[in-house]
Amino acid sequence: MANVSYVRKTMLPEKAPPVTSSGVLGWIRENLFSTPLNVILTLLSAGFAFYVLASILPWIFQSSWTAGSLGECREVIKATYGPDAHGACWAVIRERYLQLIFGFYPAELYWRPILAFVLALVALAPVLFSGLPRQMMRFSAVAPFLVPWLLWGGTFWVPLMVIAGIAVGVIAYNLLSRTVGSLAGIIAAGVLPVLWWIFVTSPLASGLQSIIPLGIEAIPSRSFGGFLLSITIGLVAITASLPIGIVLALGRQSDLLIVKTLCVGFIEFIRGVPLITLLFVASVLLNYFLPPGTDFDIIVRVMIMVTLFASAYMAEVVRGGLAALPSGQYEAADALGLDYWKSQRLIIMPQALKISIPGIVSTFISVFKDTTLVSIIGLLDPLGLSKAIRADVNWNGIVWELYGFIAFVFFIFCFSMSRYSMYLERKLQTGHR
Amino acid sequence: MNKSVFFGALAFVGLAAGASAAATLDDVKARGKLNCGVNTGLVGFAAPDANGVWGGFDVALCRAVAAATLGDASAIEFVPLTGKTRFTALASGEIDMLSRNTTWTFSRDVDLKFEFVGVNYYDGQGFMVPKALGVSSAKDLDGATVCIQTGTTTELNLADFFRVNNISYEPVPIETNAEAQQQYLAGACDVYTTDASGLAATRATFEAPGDHVLLPEIISKEPLGPLVRHGDSEWADIVRWSFNAMVSAEELGITSANVEEMASGTNNPEINRILGTEGNLGEMLGLDAEWAKRIILSVGNYGEVFEKNLGEATPIGLARGLNAQWTDGGLLYSPPFR
Repeated sequence: MANVSYVRKTMLPEKAPPVTSSGVLGWIRENLFSTPLNVILTLLSAGFAFYVLASILPWIFQSSWTAGSLGECREVIKATYGPDAHGACWAVIRERYLQLIFGFYPAELYWRPILAFVLALVALAPVLFSGLPRQMMRFSAVAPFLVPWLLWGGTFWVPLMVIAGIAVGVIAYNLLSRTVGSLAGIIAAGVLPVLWWIFVTSPLASGLQSIIPLGIEAIPSRSFGGFLLSITIGLVAITASLPIGIVLALGRQSDLLIVKTLCVGFIEFIRGVPLITLLFVASVLLNYFLPPGTDFDIIVRVMIMVTLFASAYMAEVVRGGLAALPSGQYEAADALGLDYWKSQRLIIMPQALKISIPGIVSTFISVFKDTTLVSIIGLLDPLGLSKAIRADVNWNGIVWELYGFIAFVFFIFCFSMSRYSMYLERKLQTGHR
Repeated sequence: MNKSVFFGALAFVGLAAGASAAATLDDVKARGKLNCGVNTGLVGFAAPDANGVWGGFDVALCRAVAAATLGDASAIEFVPLTGKTRFTALASGEIDMLSRNTTWTFSRDVDLKFEFVGVNYYDGQGFMVPKALGVSSAKDLDGATVCIQTGTTTELNLADFFRVNNISYEPVPIETNAEAQQQYLAGACDVYTTDASGLAATRATFEAPGDHVLLPEIISKEPLGPLVRHGDSEWADIVRWSFNAMVSAEELGITSANVEEMASGTNNPEINRILGTEGNLGEMLGLDAEWAKRIILSVGNYGEVFEKNLGEATPIGLARGLNAQWTDGGLLYSPPFR
């Protein structure tokens, strides 16, 4: 037959793609050597990476972990790796890592800050991860009183009396708002607990303590140091600055003149002043104003200042989120007949906070890193301790090992915060963009 | 009106502060702890060890005062202070005494209203150069680059020295001693200048200390001493004579090793008066008779403290120099105990 057309009846088996465009080789070709410019850039970067690693890696690994002083370190390294070797003296970290973590906290009580840290994480977990059972929130409500008590110790009656202060506020609000009016109730709920904390708490707590002793050994703030100090200040500032910042952001958008003026004034004043100035106010200026012997703890002063500082920045971040919401959302909330707080809680804030997550987390990270500034006012945070450790005759002259260790620990914390914020963004991604 | 109430309250607080500051000894005894301001970290003078226990030349003086007043050389709350916070901490009453290598100057003594009770270390500004530079005198340093800590008296002294000798220099401003060590070793500057004790301590940390020399010129006077607030002379006396007891003890040969033996009585009346077996010097200070004995027992005499923290047996390896007893050609000269 002449007119035979050839029709393939079966599929040809798939051929493997060429070696140069699949697998490792393909990936390399695609990503590293696709154009002449990329080839040059790849070679340059590889050369640079090699140059950096070739000088850093031997330094990190040709090291001494056991020596008792810098001089001994050098001898050990020379004896082990040859006379020209330069290596890190990690022995200083081995000797001082507990001090860098806990500062001057008594060694036999290290379990307390560790337990406090774990409890703080457990308390934060239900806030951070919505998959966890909601009953855990009850513990989160108690933790703010339990954790400081574990850290500073003293009588257990103090946190109880502080909780009692809140109860006083709630009772006053319920009584007065029914009898006199809601405004009086709100004012009483604000003022009475403060009066209770200032005037009643400490005498009542010490009185109860003398009747029923209930407490653990008190640790003065001067004993706090190292990462314990950084994390304590950072955690307080981070957890307190978000609610305060939200309130300030709402206050700034308020129609009430006094509230608005106060919020704007506060935010602009704090943002107009460097953190280090506020720290100097806390450490130096307040000393002159307070009578000598006033037990107004330097660390509490610093915590207040750092929290105020973080709140002002947080307020602006949240305001950015509020401004990004289309006005239709506000109007929709009004149209549903929701009152101000309900519309904020159910409609506005969930969306505004979601938009603000990257800004909020970067504020958290920068606040945590800013805690190292306290070394300038003489508190021994990790950086301050690194100076104190260098002042030891044995370790004088050591620089990079200490800074490297401190940077490494800070990186772990900041990187986890950053990863968490990305997780949260992915989870809340509901497809508006 | 609110403002005037506020300032009124401030004024009252200030008055209360003045009144309560008058009896530091009573405060210390009531507290059971001495609040002593020290450096946040200076080699040989003040540093915490791995267990968080402070030690050093300045710290020893805190311990001496605590031993004299409270009978326990460890009953101290050490308050680490920076150059910026030290004076406010003392003025506000946060600390009872400051022992933080502070130079005794006119304005600090008079204008800042402090009372320097003595000089526990005679320091002075010196120069360190690499041996390879081939310089034997600071006057040969014409045109040199000099690493200098900014904002300190050393900066002014340096300018004065070069102007007086009509030579020029190029300053390399740096912030901390650690940074200075790095810069100097990296060759960013030919010369490093700071207090001679600091130079010796820095040189001791180098891999090859022999490659660097300290030039013979000392271009400033830096008498470092402990200080207290104006307005409580009794307390100033206690700190002053606690220090003098350490100096006299060295002069008279009382050491921590033989103090027990000497306290049972010697035929030198001055030793007996210091150790409280004769006379009532302790009572005059408002302390008990064995105050000085406890100092020597717990921290040692001046020479022992020096040798332990700064002396030639330590890596810092400072010679006594000006800080020798007057009988050995130094400046240490305690008034007599009588």
